[in-house]
Amino acid sequence: MAVEQATEHGASPLHQFVIERLVPLHIGHVDISFTNSSLFMTIAVVAITGFIMFSMSGAQLVPTRWQSVAELFYEFIANMVRDNVGSAGRQYFPFIFSLFMFVLFGNLIGMIPFTFTYTSHIIVTFAMAFFIFVAVTLIAIKRHGFHFFTYFAPKGLPVPLLILLIPIEIISYCIRPMTLSIRLFANMMAGHTMLVIFAGFVFALGIFGVLPLAFDVFFILLELLVAVLQAYVFTILTCIYLHDAIHLH
Amino acid sequence: MPQLDVSTFPSQVFWLVVTFAVLYVLMARLAIPRIEAAVEGRRVRIEGDLDRAGRMKSEAEAVIAAYEKALADARHQAQLTMKETTDRLNAAAAERQKAAAAAIAERTAAAEARIAAAKRAAMADLRTIAVDVARSAAARLVGTEVDEARAGAAVDAVLKGHA
Repeated sequence: MAVEQATEHGASPLHQFVIERLVPLHIGHVDISFTNSSLFMTIAVVAITGFIMFSMSGAQLVPTRWQSVAELFYEFIANMVRDNVGSAGRQYFPFIFSLFMFVLFGNLIGMIPFTFTYTSHIIVTFAMAFFIFVAVTLIAIKRHGFHFFTYFAPKGLPVPLLILLIPIEIISYCIRPMTLSIRLFANMMAGHTMLVIFAGFVFALGIFGVLPLAFDVFFILLELLVAVLQAYVFTILTCIYLHDAIHLH
Repeated sequence: MPQLDVSTFPSQVFWLVVTFAVLYVLMARLAIPRIEAAVEGRRVRIEGDLDRAGRMKSEAEAVIAAYEKALADARHQAQLTMKETTDRLNAAAAERQKAAAAAIAERTAAAEARIAAAKRAAMADLRTIAVDVARSAAARLVGTEVDEARAGAAVDAVLKGHA
């Protein structure tokens, strides 16, 4: 009973990850209800668009403070795409930019207490990573045709080594959506869980609760860093995969 | 672990696709062109300004070069004029000096001629006087009238000896 009550009131560190149906929706037997996850995805989209449109309204030659922040994001991703993908990556820039903003805002909005972090769900990060994996592979095949498969066989290697290396290359290629999605999901989930676990100690320890509280204050700074860093890592890895697809090593 | 609740997967993926698609369209159609326009506009403006500055600089340099050329030309012209004037003045001075020298020489020659004439005249007078003196002296001393021709010959002989 006590455990149930605690879970109901969000005392369980994992309670924050529970999906709640806000508007039940079904297509046939498939449940596509509008949930708290969907809500925060929508909030992120509105926040990103609102932020940029507000910042860029009445854009000036000498940027205002808001404008320079919006331009900072733009320049940051533009440089990342240019440096890691090259000029051929120009056409994928809107996607990379949207991806970075979506993950970054998902992570950052999730830092606000009582919000929901949609990037802490493996299915969301995996869906993104899998889409990237499929898209990148299709781009590679479209660009290089059958030649794409030489990607798994590095040039100038003796046959015995190739027998060993080709399976490794294929596995490391196919494991990309897993590593990409688990890295982001695990980071977000672990950090948020830690925060709530230590927050739980604050009341339990009475006066000594200041220690876990102090830890949480420090840890939330670290988590902010992780939120930004993981968005960056997710995006730059996408760029690198795109580079591989376009240039084959 | 709520993350492993498979029943929520379709909803999450569905809304992920919907929201991300909306975000992509908004970014690609609305946000990015706007930022691009601002950034691009600034780049074009800066490049234009730099371009104009470069053009103005080369213009200024051309003006300076033209000015310096004009200055050099003027200096050269002045030198030419100065030289010409000096030459002309020198020539005029030389001319006048020559004329003056010629006039002086002419006058010297005339004077010398006059002196020579006077000398000749004096010499001629001297003979007549000497003859006269010689006749009258002979008449006083010896008491004989010396013939004018003989006296003249004697005087001539003395004069020749002196000459």
